[in-house]
Amino acid sequence: MNDHSLIIIGGGPAGMAAALAAKKAGIDDLLILERDSRLGGILNQCIHNGFGLHTFKEELTGPEYAERYANMIKQEQIPYELNTMVLSVECLKDSNKKAITVISSKRGVQTIYAKAVVLAMGCRERPRGALNIPGYRPQGVYTAGTAQKLINLEGANIGKEVVILGSGDIGLIMARRMTLEGAHVAAVAELMPYSSGLKRNIVQCLDDYNIPLLLSHTVVDIKGKEKLEGVYIAKVDKNLQPIEETKEYYPCDTLLLSCGLIPENELSVDGGVEIDPRTNGAYVDESLETSVEGVFSCGNVLHVHDLVDFVSEESARAGESAARYILNGKKPIKETIEIKTGNGVRYTVPYKINVDSADELTHIRFRVSGVYKNTSIVIKSGEKELMRKKSMILVPSEMVDLVLKKSKLEEADEAITIFIEEASQ
Amino acid sequence: MIKELTCICCPMGCSLKAEVNEKGEVVSVKGNNCVRGENYAKTELTAPVRIVTTTVIARSGEPVPVKTEKAVAKDKIFDVVNNIKSVKIDLPVKMGDVIIENVSDTGVNVVSTRSVE
Amino acid sequence: MYDVIIIGAGAVGCAAAMELGKYELNACVLEKESDVCEGTTKANSAIVHAGFDAKPGSLKARFNVQGSNMMKELSRKLDFAYKQNGAMVLCFDENDKPGLVQLKEKADKNGVKGVSIISGDEARKLEPALSDAVCAALLAETSAIVCPFEMTLAFAENAYANGVDFKLSTQVLSIDKLDDGFEISTNKEKLKTRCIINAAGLYADKIHSMVSDKPMKIIPRRGEYMLLDKSAGALVSRTIFQLPTKMGKGILVTPTVHGNLLAGPTAENIDDKENVSTTKSGLDDVRSKALLSVKNIPFNKVITSFTGLRAVGDTGDFIIGHSDIRGFIDAAGIESPGLTSAPAIGQYLAELVGEIIPLESKKNYIDTRKGIAHFNSLSVDEQNELIKQQPAYGKIVCRCETVTEGEILDAINRPLGATTLDGVKRRTRAGMGRCQAGFCSPTTMALLAQKMGIPIEKVRKTGRYTENGGQDNE
Repeated sequence: MNDHSLIIIGGGPAGMAAALAAKKAGIDDLLILERDSRLGGILNQCIHNGFGLHTFKEELTGPEYAERYANMIKQEQIPYELNTMVLSVECLKDSNKKAITVISSKRGVQTIYAKAVVLAMGCRERPRGALNIPGYRPQGVYTAGTAQKLINLEGANIGKEVVILGSGDIGLIMARRMTLEGAHVAAVAELMPYSSGLKRNIVQCLDDYNIPLLLSHTVVDIKGKEKLEGVYIAKVDKNLQPIEETKEYYPCDTLLLSCGLIPENELSVDGGVEIDPRTNGAYVDESLETSVEGVFSCGNVLHVHDLVDFVSEESARAGESAARYILNGKKPIKETIEIKTGNGVRYTVPYKINVDSADELTHIRFRVSGVYKNTSIVIKSGEKELMRKKSMILVPSEMVDLVLKKSKLEEADEAITIFIEEASQ
Repeated sequence: MIKELTCICCPMGCSLKAEVNEKGEVVSVKGNNCVRGENYAKTELTAPVRIVTTTVIARSGEPVPVKTEKAVAKDKIFDVVNNIKSVKIDLPVKMGDVIIENVSDTGVNVVSTRSVE
Repeated sequence: MYDVIIIGAGAVGCAAAMELGKYELNACVLEKESDVCEGTTKANSAIVHAGFDAKPGSLKARFNVQGSNMMKELSRKLDFAYKQNGAMVLCFDENDKPGLVQLKEKADKNGVKGVSIISGDEARKLEPALSDAVCAALLAETSAIVCPFEMTLAFAENAYANGVDFKLSTQVLSIDKLDDGFEISTNKEKLKTRCIINAAGLYADKIHSMVSDKPMKIIPRRGEYMLLDKSAGALVSRTIFQLPTKMGKGILVTPTVHGNLLAGPTAENIDDKENVSTTKSGLDDVRSKALLSVKNIPFNKVITSFTGLRAVGDTGDFIIGHSDIRGFIDAAGIESPGLTSAPAIGQYLAELVGEIIPLESKKNYIDTRKGIAHFNSLSVDEQNELIKQQPAYGKIVCRCETVTEGEILDAINRPLGATTLDGVKRRTRAGMGRCQAGFCSPTTMALLAQKMGIPIEKVRKTGRYTENGGQDNE
């Protein structure tokens, strides 16, 4: 009972997609472990629409996207356990099995075993403390996602006068949500000169409600000892340092922070998985296998996505890879090509490709480090150009998904480099 | 009259300038880099619509997420939200159950987006 | 009529309450905040100082050394986290070395054992992360770290178990002298008592002046801190001080008893006794000075910053003793090493009470206290036993610190239980980890709301509730 082929940690969109793909690939003895009281993960609190255009060819809300996947899980009779949290993952030296220690009221603390593991734990928000905003620590300061959970899942009414720091998508979505709940959102301040959220969210969540987006601004002080009374917002200079004279007071009872997401990899690190400091997610190859054999990673725990559709697609690949590993064992590694990042490319997932075992098409996903207009994305191996793709615009908030044919990979003799070629060069 | 707006069809976010005649029709669109910008400006300036999502608090206290089945006129958003807030529902509901028919005379139904026991 | 009323439920007030709990007395603690441990006690370095720093012959030296000697035994009996990790005082300049020798001499005079002077290389051998600039250090083996919240709660809960009353959210407005004692007017009720212990921290001067004409002044001294994630907690194993120089007192870097890394405090006298805000300059100062002691502190792993206010008296020493008004006892100006000294001060305060009221030992005195189970630190068998008894222990609420629903329910339901998010956090560590309550606060709020029968949005992070469950904003 406590020995499985595959254990999937996390029952959000990533975990569910991985499970479905693994089942389809022939793995029957699998188990999803979910710490929350329902499947779906963060989608459950994302009640807005905009999900599923790629996956279902229609626009769904988060709960709908989650429920459709949960229904498929039930239909396929894939076992899952709720209110069950994984405390540790360990790779056993002698058998190469993975020992997963879990806790739930039902099981108590128990160790279960699996041939392969898919890590699909998602990410967390960067808290106020990590932002080093000076001032008091009163009630009324929430990360945007926590506020979203309180309002959408707990039915709480958290504030009337709101300032939002950070223009990440959750922040933008919450600006609209708070407005519809009867609050007044005074401003969204963004440290960078560009928004980290999607354009359509800026228009539909801010512009529609006349909420100002203050680019190159940040919160420099928080007032109110027990309850938030207001914040000071200042413009920042080119080095992102606040300009004291531009400081302005915004009275408010709620400050929401939407300042970045961090893949939640503490479990992975304890299990020996090597982490890429650029993504805070695991180093993976083209099969999404981590540095620990038989452990795969996908979704927001691998790198933070902006579209759940991409999470589902990527996680299905992780599920397939895990199935292949379980059925066929370790893949023979002959030739490995490293992927290097050049101009404008912050990171790539994967960071290396095993050419022989790669599928016909290999996805390479990355984010750019700034706004690039009318450029080309170029992949080179030494002097050999493997691919060139024109792009009207590239922004940090939208992940780029490149698909490389195996035949092209086979042309590479050495590490490949992906970079943005700017028009002026 | 010239109206300015930002295209949301892609991350480019073209700044569009649209000429609107007295009948409210879009005569020309400038600033767009592709045909999608033109279409966007025409819809957005003549009859902008949005899907509205919010929650209904069930009698048991549990919030139930809902949406308008189709997009409704942008200027009706608050009216729709207020109507949704004023209804009381009993559980259970299934995903897709109609919570309000023809909300605010928009011809659009409000449906549940989650099955709640 | 009470025999003794203690004003203030910080470390000193609660230690005094615990000591008075040993006797057949009618005692009560008044606290203006909604919880114990809400003032100076909740935001400090959490160090049990060895006692080498205090001026020989001072009250600070006396109670520091006594308190330090008592702490280990207390932590065992009262079930709070304590670890003797040792300390070092770093010297960066050959010319400053006499300063280390002076510290060593003070240590000897104060009767502190296990103190020696070591070379820079020896120091780096013990603590490899120390800066190359360290040329010598004082090593103090008896220095320790403690959880100040747990310690104070343990004192309070033990006092409560021994019959001491606690009146929280009760602010003293005025005190009238009666023939046989005092009448204290609070925001809630009037209370009569034969004796008063003034342990009001930053406001001890205000309380003192309600009774005595002799001047007393307490100055708030701001200290800013940065707390780093547990993944940085093993950078040093000892508490690392800097030798005070002309450039200032320096700041410390220390592991906390729960495995985080703490750097701070700054020292700045201010006017506002409520100003617990952090500042950019203060945090910058902490960062740059901490890096003088310890190389490569990963400040990108800061999970929170906070400010504590020390209650600094105007005499240079603790102000402890009978005031000029018989029955009114001061325990004021308890700045560092106040946390360490608290149990010893508590004992002494009980002796002072004994000089006014004859003390008779309590028959059924309870000398232990069982804290909230720290699930994370139990063995698997113990964990499973707990879950079997109470399934709520099988439900993790705070992921970062592995805190279970069982622990949170215990924190809420036990005597003097938590009513606020911060109260739960201080008792269980839920919300004290790297996500800083992002994930667990909605669940904790729901549990608090359920217990108190209020809507979830009425649950407070800190502070008082009004009678009708609304929010008291004064």
